[in-house]
Amino acid sequence: MSDIVAPPLSDDVPTPDLKPDAMKEVRPFKASPEHQAALGFPGTLVDDWQKVAIRRLGELVEGSRALRVFLDSCVKCGACTDKCHYFLGTGDPRNMPVARQDLVRKVYRRYFTWAGRWFPWLVGAQDLTPEVLESWYTYYHQCSQCRRCSVFCPFGIDTAEVSMAAREILDSVGVGQKYCNEILGKVHKIGNNLGLPEPALRNTLEGLEEDVKEQCGADVRFPVDVVGAEVLLITPSADFFAEPHIDGLIGYAKVFHQAGISWTVSSEASEAANFAMFIGSHEQMRKVAQRIREAAIALKVKRIVVGECGHAWRVAYSFWSTLIGPLDFLDPRYPQPQHICEVTEGLIARGALRLDPSANDDKVVTFHDSCNVARATRMGDRPGGQFTVPRSVIRSVCAHFVDMDPNTIGDKTFCCGGGGGLLTDDLMDLRVKGALPRLTALNTVVQERKVTHMAAICAICKTQFSKVLPYYGLPREMVISVHQLVGDAIVLGAKD
Amino acid sequence: MSAWTIGYAVLLYVAFVVLVGGVAYRVAVYRFTPAPLRIPTMPAPRTALGVVARMGREVGLFSSLFRGDKWAWIWSALFHASLLLVLLQHLRYVLAPVPLWVRLESPFGSYAAFVLVISLVGLLGRRLLIARVRFVSAPSDYLMLLLLLVIGVTGTLMRFADRVNIVGFKAFILGVMALHLQSLPLEPLILVHVASVAGLMLIFPFSKLLHAPGVFFSPTRNQVDRSRREGGMRVSAGNEAGTGTTASPVVREGGL
Ligand code: SF4
Ligand code: SF4
Repeated sequence: MSDIVAPPLSDDVPTPDLKPDAMKEVRPFKASPEHQAALGFPGTLVDDWQKVAIRRLGELVEGSRALRVFLDSCVKCGACTDKCHYFLGTGDPRNMPVARQDLVRKVYRRYFTWAGRWFPWLVGAQDLTPEVLESWYTYYHQCSQCRRCSVFCPFGIDTAEVSMAAREILDSVGVGQKYCNEILGKVHKIGNNLGLPEPALRNTLEGLEEDVKEQCGADVRFPVDVVGAEVLLITPSADFFAEPHIDGLIGYAKVFHQAGISWTVSSEASEAANFAMFIGSHEQMRKVAQRIREAAIALKVKRIVVGECGHAWRVAYSFWSTLIGPLDFLDPRYPQPQHICEVTEGLIARGALRLDPSANDDKVVTFHDSCNVARATRMGDRPGGQFTVPRSVIRSVCAHFVDMDPNTIGDKTFCCGGGGGLLTDDLMDLRVKGALPRLTALNTVVQERKVTHMAAICAICKTQFSKVLPYYGLPREMVISVHQLVGDAIVLGAKD
Repeated sequence: MSAWTIGYAVLLYVAFVVLVGGVAYRVAVYRFTPAPLRIPTMPAPRTALGVVARMGREVGLFSSLFRGDKWAWIWSALFHASLLLVLLQHLRYVLAPVPLWVRLESPFGSYAAFVLVISLVGLLGRRLLIARVRFVSAPSDYLMLLLLLVIGVTGTLMRFADRVNIVGFKAFILGVMALHLQSLPLEPLILVHVASVAGLMLIFPFSKLLHAPGVFFSPTRNQVDRSRREGGMRVSAGNEAGTGTTASPVVREGGL
């Protein structure tokens, strides 16, 4: 891993010269036959893979207006070409969003359009060869499905949709990605991405209760499987053990504690993440989401609140109603589901939390908009609330807040470099280079505005940043959970 | 009646049927293809009216392209705006009598032809000179621009340099429309211009020109942000059920 060198940080990210095939050899490990079988995918490349792949492509296009419109409409204007963090970090032209889409589009044209069937050379259509399949595996696993490209495309073409479709086709012919598929197997078998069984989960949470008691003297509870609790908290399992995630979990618990809201996690659905979105499988996505519906019914909760996790919030906010809805058994007086930042912001607004922002006086904080939250969801009651609500929470608990370059926040935010199922060590090279645009903006506020911490609301972002910050000479402890700031500022004891 | 007249008339009939039929078919396909999951690019409007406004900005002002690439925006905005003016100007060749507003628009449409040609040169230049755009361009991408250039240049020449028998041509067109053929003036500029236009109409439903109807069906742009149950969302600011954004100083200042 020592041979991975981060590009130097300057005050801007220049558009790189094209370095064709620069990342051609960077691809994640493939799933083993067992991982594949657990999800109902063929274990190895099927014999008639070409036929199967083309048929699957046809089915996907027939079932998705997005794919149809996106594959037809691109005019090759180039507006998206310099918008992808992986292109900016690597210079590989196939990491330009339109070029990434073209890997599928060329095959689609060849087999499904009149022009491509008769004049392939004219319209750049291409047979589905073993090399093309391999290029799909490589470059669709160099896309974090962050949707930044779709913001700038005149037709809203979303490369993430094409990536998801391509991964689904790859799975259907027996070429899966180890990281995602192994994790999905764990969710089905054990209930969470980490494969943390119920006793271990209880143990961890009991340990947390003791830690918090020791730290601030209050009996803050971390309940598991409490029937009749008001809130079911669905949070990424990294919150249960990883740093800096766990301090965020402590923050949620303190918020619920002080507001007097009873809550619980579910051992059956102890995972907010839904990696099925990354592999483009609606069937898997529904199955993973279904556990949550069932847990909410079994525990007789009134509300579902989702913790700090980007893609999970997308699945919950945008897809649950389609996949596992309607959620009409929950209390209709609340948004269902609700984001933890919405809950906290609402409580702060009505004065239900006792906060001492001076607890965070040692920090100058900036905020990283996670792509899925920014470009695929909302918080609060108006468009853009996904940007204002977390910032408002941070400002309430921390006196020193600074935003990064406006071209790198809000809906223009840059991916952390590890989203979309790429948060695996076998893609470290890509992850380091893909973090360049975000860390350039971060470094600028570190230099110019004395920023000490970057808060985030996504488990993947937090893990990714902790891992790649040192490559850029920045301390890994810089990245923190928004609810760590909240948790540290809450004054317990007074209102208990 | 010459073979030219019959040939060009047939060409225009075929081109018209292919264009209208092909686009209608494609639109129907888009319309009836399911869009199971909600994927608007956020922030997205919360109401259908908001979506109409968003789509209006996309189609009328190319707002996303503007954010994405200023030069691409300038060239394509000039191209589409001048094309619109030129097309309106062309109504005078197919309508009899010519309505007053068309006559008033005519000078604008005529001079817009220059802008049209210049913008096409700009678009072609970008495609050739910017390595990133060149990398993703297929032969058809260049040929389409060249075809448009041929149309634009022949049209401009006819209007400003080498005046053709436009009266005779209009008689031909009206004849085609009335299914009662009149002879086509055999002038090279007219022949090239009309054949190129017919060619463009023929490839329209089979090419990236489908972006014109496609944009209206793009789920990231035409979907309303309303996927979750938003109970309690608009209740008074004091209620914890609401998210209290109205009470937040950041939001009151307009936030981002
Ligand atoms: S979705 Fe994100 S990672 Fe994928 S091509 Fe677009 S900008 Fe790049
Ligand atoms: S911005 Fe959209 S239309 Fe332009 S090249 Fe990229 S995907 Fe194609």
